[in-house]
Amino acid sequence: MAITNEIIQQKLTDKFGDQVSDFEVTFDTLSFNANKEINLKVLNFLQEDGLNFNFLTDLCGVHYPDRQGEELAVVYHLHNIKENIRVRFKVFTDITKPDVYTATGVFAAANWMERETFDFYGINFIGHPNLIRILNVDEMDYFPMRKEYPLEDQSRTDKDDEMFGRGGMLGFGTEKTVHGTIAEDEK
Amino acid sequence: MSDIHQNINLPAGSIEKQTTTLNLGPTHPATHGVFQNIIELDGEKIVKADATVGYIHRAFEKIAERRPLYQITPLTDRLNYCSAPLNNMGWHLTCETLLGVKTPKRVDYLRIIVMELARIADHLICSSIMGVDAGAYTGFLYVMQYRELIYEIYEEICGSRLTTNMGRIGGFERDFNDTAFQKIEKFLREYPAVLKEFENLFTRNRIFMERTMGVGAISAERALNYGFTGPNLRAAGVDYDVRVTAPYSSYEEFDFDIPVGSTGDCYDRFQVRNGEMWQSLRIIEQAMQKLNNLKGEEATAYHADVPEYYLPKKKDVYTKMEALIWHFKIIMGEIDMPKGELYHSIEAGNGELGYYFISDGGRSPYRLHFRRPCFIYYQAFEELVKDGMLSDAILVMSSLNLIAGEMDA
Repeated sequence: MAITNEIIQQKLTDKFGDQVSDFEVTFDTLSFNANKEINLKVLNFLQEDGLNFNFLTDLCGVHYPDRQGEELAVVYHLHNIKENIRVRFKVFTDITKPDVYTATGVFAAANWMERETFDFYGINFIGHPNLIRILNVDEMDYFPMRKEYPLEDQSRTDKDDEMFGRGGMLGFGTEKTVHGTIAEDEK
Repeated sequence: MSDIHQNINLPAGSIEKQTTTLNLGPTHPATHGVFQNIIELDGEKIVKADATVGYIHRAFEKIAERRPLYQITPLTDRLNYCSAPLNNMGWHLTCETLLGVKTPKRVDYLRIIVMELARIADHLICSSIMGVDAGAYTGFLYVMQYRELIYEIYEEICGSRLTTNMGRIGGFERDFNDTAFQKIEKFLREYPAVLKEFENLFTRNRIFMERTMGVGAISAERALNYGFTGPNLRAAGVDYDVRVTAPYSSYEEFDFDIPVGSTGDCYDRFQVRNGEMWQSLRIIEQAMQKLNNLKGEEATAYHADVPEYYLPKKKDVYTKMEALIWHFKIIMGEIDMPKGELYHSIEAGNGELGYYFISDGGRSPYRLHFRRPCFIYYQAFEELVKDGMLSDAILVMSSLNLIAGEMDA
């Protein structure tokens, strides 16, 4: 019998009860949230028990600053290649204690994807064999993909507006200002 | 033996009772760009490998969080720069899925032609470079002029060659001109003989077979566990192809086979890529046929009628105020996207290229994640080269078709 989104949802709720929630089908893909304590159990359950999701397509992090107490999310995309059905689930974690169990024991593919997620979001994957930065330099002490880091460094003065013909000041933008650009009447 | 060697854990049967650490890359010619492999050698045998990606981080995902859709397109071109149009089309297909844009049939076929040309360009560079890494330079020079011809076709379509940026949401920026079609036909006419000759050079070549058979082999289970897709997975015997399992851009109307290998070694990967080039030629031929069969309005439409997402014609932008305003509005993302969360993938040159897109209804994505196949393959490198020879490591690397641009995000 072919697996459908309803069967997956039914099986998951039977097994995990209210630890899995927010079932939703978006663009034909079933997505749900799970407690971070049971992420490995969910992965194992989806892999076995006739569901046969044997392929970890993608793993990445997301930062939701507005969600109190569960700011960081890890998103898993699993694929049942035989039946050709995909499922997505998220586990949320507190930004002050971002510990999630590693999936490297289940999927070898998770190794570098988790390192990347650690590098960008600072999610600490418990039990990961080599949790070090992968794309950024090791000396970095912050996690750049979090929302509190805007794209450009606001303290830089060489990117001041006056360098681009707006405003206009002496000193070619080297002055230190408190608020970035100097207002017209202060000049 | 000096004291210093007593603390080193040596593999059984070592001749010199000592291992050498070798930094293979990033400056070694076979490890271009960002790859560094710290290899522990016992003689010429690799006992341990530690693969590192260098620091070329370009922060694409972060930049994408501040940019509207059209401004993200140039970023996607720079992922796998050997087949930029594939990434480009994949991105536009993702946007179309999110925005609910339906493209005309002609756009689908034109896209398929471009995508398959890009796949051939990707595979021919990979296969011929594999020959170079095995010491055979001729094949590389021989096929290179046909990569040039593909680039010429791109040039006819959009004006640029490497990072093409030729797609638009809903179709193409402009229609294909006659020269483009003539060049595609020229390619279809001439390339099969070249590909045959290229295969003759390698497939039954004793030296090439000895160098690649049984080297860097991976089982189907391990390959799946490692997240392999594309030719690397199919070489291990799994006939998974996104074009078949989740058809996009009317791929379901086309008749083609999926070449699969059995052992997952370098030779099979090479053969699978060659087989795919033959299938791509078949697909392009069918697409040309289907284009000729289109009638009436369908035969000329090169974009969908979605003025809120498709950019106005350049001629109008330069002469009409309204067109200029619309152009500006679309480029600056003044039109909000619908809310939603989706994962869309295409079969790129070297595997499943996925776009995970979270939209909160704003002008730019809340989060955009690229599933880059190369990034996922490279983690298996340590396992693939272990217990092999040093010279095999180079071949394993080139047979995986690792593109430095895709390591980064």
